[in-house]
Amino acid sequence: MSFHPHMEYAPAKFHKSERQLADAGEAFAYTPENQAKFDVNVTHYPPEQRKSAILYALYLAQQQQGYLTGAAMRHVATQIGCSPADVEDVVSYYTMFYTKPVGKYVLNVCRTLSCALLGAERVTEEMAKTLGIQPGQTDPTGTFTLMEVECLGACDRAPVVMVNDDWHERLAPEQVKDFIEQIKARGAKAFTGCHLHVEK
Amino acid sequence: MDFQPVLTSHVRQPQSYTLDFYLQHLRGYEGLRKALTLKPNDVIEQVKASGLRGRGGAGFPTGMKWQFVQKDTPKPKYIACNADESEPGTFKDHVLMERNPHLLIEGCAIGCYAIGAKVAYIYIRGEFYHVQQVLEDEIEKAYKAGYLGKNIFGSGFDCDVYLHRGAGAYEAGEETALIESLEGKRAQPRLKPPFPAVAGLYQCPTAVNNVETLCNVPPIILNGPEWFAKQGPEKNGGPKLYCISGHVKRPGVYEASMHTTLRELIYGEQYGQGMLNGKKFKAIIPGGSSVPLLLDEHLDTPASFDAVAKAGSLLGSAGLIVLDESVCMVWLAMNLLHFYRHESCGKCTPCREGGDWLYKLLQRIERGEGRPKDIDLLFGVANNILGKTLCAFGDAAATPVLTTLKLFRHEFEAHVREGRCTLPSEWRAKTPVLAHH
Repeated sequence: MSFHPHMEYAPAKFHKSERQLADAGEAFAYTPENQAKFDVNVTHYPPEQRKSAILYALYLAQQQQGYLTGAAMRHVATQIGCSPADVEDVVSYYTMFYTKPVGKYVLNVCRTLSCALLGAERVTEEMAKTLGIQPGQTDPTGTFTLMEVECLGACDRAPVVMVNDDWHERLAPEQVKDFIEQIKARGAKAFTGCHLHVEK
Repeated sequence: MDFQPVLTSHVRQPQSYTLDFYLQHLRGYEGLRKALTLKPNDVIEQVKASGLRGRGGAGFPTGMKWQFVQKDTPKPKYIACNADESEPGTFKDHVLMERNPHLLIEGCAIGCYAIGAKVAYIYIRGEFYHVQQVLEDEIEKAYKAGYLGKNIFGSGFDCDVYLHRGAGAYEAGEETALIESLEGKRAQPRLKPPFPAVAGLYQCPTAVNNVETLCNVPPIILNGPEWFAKQGPEKNGGPKLYCISGHVKRPGVYEASMHTTLRELIYGEQYGQGMLNGKKFKAIIPGGSSVPLLLDEHLDTPASFDAVAKAGSLLGSAGLIVLDESVCMVWLAMNLLHFYRHESCGKCTPCREGGDWLYKLLQRIERGEGRPKDIDLLFGVANNILGKTLCAFGDAAATPVLTTLKLFRHEFEAHVREGRCTLPSEWRAKTPVLAHH
């Protein structure tokens, strides 16, 4: 008899025959500026170790297009000189790469202990209620994507929300509605930013 | 005890991150200048004599680590600075990099000189984009001023410092996983030995050091190892940054000597200033989420590597998470296991499958559907992860379960018996927690 609790082992489409490769999407190539940035970054590593630049290359592609399509991954593979499978291997591991379109503002609510002690669960709930979406989803207008993430490293300013590359600190559950309205009205100016970053 | 902050003395002042400020007020790059007049081996000897211990979590002596780096090989050597600060409850490197970046740059350069490396990579976590921008600008300024690049101070020593942005992986904080990630692969740990000091980045000798560790090196070179060793108890010398978060009035990063007790850090006027909302203290996680809990009776322990270990926990990364009486320990274990289950790299089966299993068991108990035998099952599964994985992640994932079971077993039993949480936890969601996956 097994003591293993009843649980789903893996998503239904687990078998490789059912696994779907990333959608190729539109043709993709770096803009000349991004190509120049990549060419500089790759010199930081020994010439035979171009693969080290893969995270940087993927960030560039993601910034250019918003998310990573199959075509973008293939472009990165040719830039690096590795196989497309190698690129997909990396993309599927790291949480900050998106393989599906995301909203203009990606709300990453920290859910780990220090933030949770000060109400992060309720922040997520309020956001889900206000936006009418569940974590992991994007609202129909394509403005907001709600995500729950693990520790962001600002536990003294809990609860913390990372919006794209910006931070918003000490967001009480009661302030969530107003916060969303503020983003709609003022865009990136609605964020407090990192409290250590006051001078910029 | 008159302790003067060293690493964060000026961080609250405006412009403290600039090169000019560093040169004017903090004897900027004098440590590097002095180090370059010494032999590399003497630099290592000084760091060894100071007793500096790694600030990333393990507390391994830094001088030893540098000495182990193979010198008699034609291969290039590397410094990899671990700025992938992801341990829940830890946010000290964030402050150092944001407000005192030149100290880190200088530390990297001295480290490179000591082990014979020409390149240092700072592996910074992807979420710290604003920190990365500061560091990028300041590294460029250091190059322009001649503190990095070719022939520094006319000594013939070349040093390059590069930033490498991670992309959201807790596991990249483990030293061999960090190296894998630097090589452009998934951040999964390697089998050790060989240790990075022999075959690290690109199979070359590599020293992986935490940000705070490298920041301690310039003051050691400047003020001498004896000065450093005197700043704290024996074998626990030097200034230490403590990250206090959770239910305290004034959470934040505080610099203190390792004589300071946990009680002072929680209640002291210049530190945490006591419990939030007048609630009673319940327990503390003294070193980031991966270490055992300590109770009120342990609070008079000095917050040093050795004393905290003697009390039955670990100082780890010195991320103190303070918990008040309203915290349900089943919920706490569940929250942390959600983290470990999500962040497990998937390489070793006990950690990948066991973490998921533990999380589901805890969820069931928290929901009030736990069965009496589930508690023993938790214990059994956790013990079968402990010590059975390639890196310390497995131990870290099992610890929250084992420590809460050891100290608060009655709460688990009450959950199973009553079918609900018996604590008044008004700080939590009034509605059920969102169903995860």
